Amino acid sequence: MSVKSYRQAFNEAIRQEMERDERVIVMGEDISGGMGAPGEDDAWGGVLGVTKGLMPQFGRERVLDTPISESAFIGCAAGAAATGLRPVAELMFVDFMGVCFDQIFNQAAKFRYMFGGKAVTPLVIRTMYGAGFRAASQHSQCLYPLFTHIPGLKVALPSNAYEAKGLMTQAIRDDDPVVIFEHKAMYDEEMEVPDEAYGIPFGEANVTREGDDVTLVAFGRMVNLANEAADSLSASGITCTVVDPRTTSPLDTETILETVSETGRLVVIDEAHPRCNMATDISALVSQEIFSDLKAPVKMVTSPHCPVPFSPALEDLYIPSTAKIEAAVREVLGKGH
Amino acid sequence: MQLNRDDLKEAYRRMCLIREFEDKVHDEFAAGNIPGFVHLYAGEEASAVGVCMHLEDRDAIASTHRGHGHCIAKGCDAEGMMSEIYGKKDGLCGGKGGSMHIADLSKGMLGANGIVGGGSPLICGAALTAKTLKTGGVAIAFLGDGASNQGTTLESYNLAKVWNLPAIFVVEDNGYAESTASAWSVAGTQTKRAEGFGMPGAEVDGHDFFAVWEVAREAIERARNGEGPSLIHVKLNRYYGHFEGDAITYKGEGEIDKIKATKDCLNLFKQRVIETSLLESDDLSEIETSVKSYIDQCAATATNGSTPTEADLMTDVYLKY
Repeated sequence: MSVKSYRQAFNEAIRQEMERDERVIVMGEDISGGMGAPGEDDAWGGVLGVTKGLMPQFGRERVLDTPISESAFIGCAAGAAATGLRPVAELMFVDFMGVCFDQIFNQAAKFRYMFGGKAVTPLVIRTMYGAGFRAASQHSQCLYPLFTHIPGLKVALPSNAYEAKGLMTQAIRDDDPVVIFEHKAMYDEEMEVPDEAYGIPFGEANVTREGDDVTLVAFGRMVNLANEAADSLSASGITCTVVDPRTTSPLDTETILETVSETGRLVVIDEAHPRCNMATDISALVSQEIFSDLKAPVKMVTSPHCPVPFSPALEDLYIPSTAKIEAAVREVLGKGH
Repeated sequence: MQLNRDDLKEAYRRMCLIREFEDKVHDEFAAGNIPGFVHLYAGEEASAVGVCMHLEDRDAIASTHRGHGHCIAKGCDAEGMMSEIYGKKDGLCGGKGGSMHIADLSKGMLGANGIVGGGSPLICGAALTAKTLKTGGVAIAFLGDGASNQGTTLESYNLAKVWNLPAIFVVEDNGYAESTASAWSVAGTQTKRAEGFGMPGAEVDGHDFFAVWEVAREAIERARNGEGPSLIHVKLNRYYGHFEGDAITYKGEGEIDKIKATKDCLNLFKQRVIETSLLESDDLSEIETSVKSYIDQCAATATNGSTPTEADLMTDVYLKY
């Protein structure tokens, strides 16, 4: 064990898998950086430094800087995966899926089904998401609900450095296409993380807090806000169960239904826009399966239905906060709270 | 490298197989026996076969919505293909793909593709695998004149050149992207586009098997020798519509009949090998007869095959979920 940042956790997972299996390659824009330029080699290691050091260790044949051509290199990664490599491709910001989505959802995601089970596509797409960086409308979105919607894709959202290493390792070892969402505002957050390689199975939620009054289901960075809200509420005698599903596809519906049945109250926290997101998905699941166990209507805490604004004053209003989560918990508990 | 008697017989067999296959699908579709959409390759056989005669299983191809010819040329099982087009359980993809998604990765066939321009990035990937794992393989994207205007295609030219990939882009220009003339929709020329990306580009008459075979030989040799990507602009004609049911009102009067009478690739092949005594007329008619009865058998198998059931609906979405 040693203290590692969320950034280092991803880096270490990729490095250890590249050491273990020479079919693992990485590619992306500035993934090493400075390609063909007169200055330093490995200048960036990705735009936020996650892949720094991989090129000097593994060489340019396995760490491939790409032109700014998401359609070509994401499709290339899909084709390479279907023919024997295990590519980890970085789609820098998930907002850029707009220029290469066909290669993800019509090609990679569907190979196995369309080809009658004969294709194996061990593709990992790493991508950054989330608001809080003052990066405005085209560099701050969540968009994981769109990927969750597509059969054939798996979607993981690590909520801290421990989860980052385990889910990244699992993604690389998985034989299906996986999209792994890295919250850009969390890269410097640190915690104790094992030094040896380990995987965290997909579709197995992590219960980070146990309580009696309300279940909070949260995704990605929102897990931390849900934990903070739960800790703060416990001072006023309100105890919450917090569920981090870890992956939205597959989804651990069992743990969600079990914990909501126990508390009878649900608040879902999702940084994505409010329509057709994970919060609506979980709400539908709960109302369909265990409606009679509910003591109060389900409450969703999400960002509003507007693009991510630039001005810090507006962006801070946009992102779900612990205060909003606490207010939602008190609301589902009813009068007197 | 020269084509010997066995090679020529094999090339003619594959071209006949494609023609018979497509004619059969045309008839069966008209009779209402085939669901969905089909896009037929008849008339273009010399392109797929002229290129694929150079390939082995370690080499990959990606195809288009008009993919039956490429599949057959690359060695996919015609019986399994026919069953797939009929939506049967014994189809090459278990009836889950259909005409636009026939694939056989064990033969290096990465799939027909329902998305125009979908194949070129995938072929960069197959070429990257060949280069990284040092298999000696090459990867070839067949694309149409319509796909030549897609961003995915032009991005792939750039990526293939920048990474020096063993990739070849075969632009099959049948003059029409659906109903729109390529003479109108393609700015510049295909070979000049190749030149713009710094890769060799050649234009070839796609009715002439031997011309295609020779140009493909040079491009594939360059790719195998680590000399990077090439483009081949194959000019040819399709005999049927964009899809079956297309009334083809956009073509000129007598346009298809004239090509059939003067430039049919099977007839040109036949004339050439008989005139130069490379093969006898009997060799060719023997192939024609056996192909015809084989395709009849494929259609019978497909007609009588069992359909997939509810148990098949949710399988093969994931390896493990």
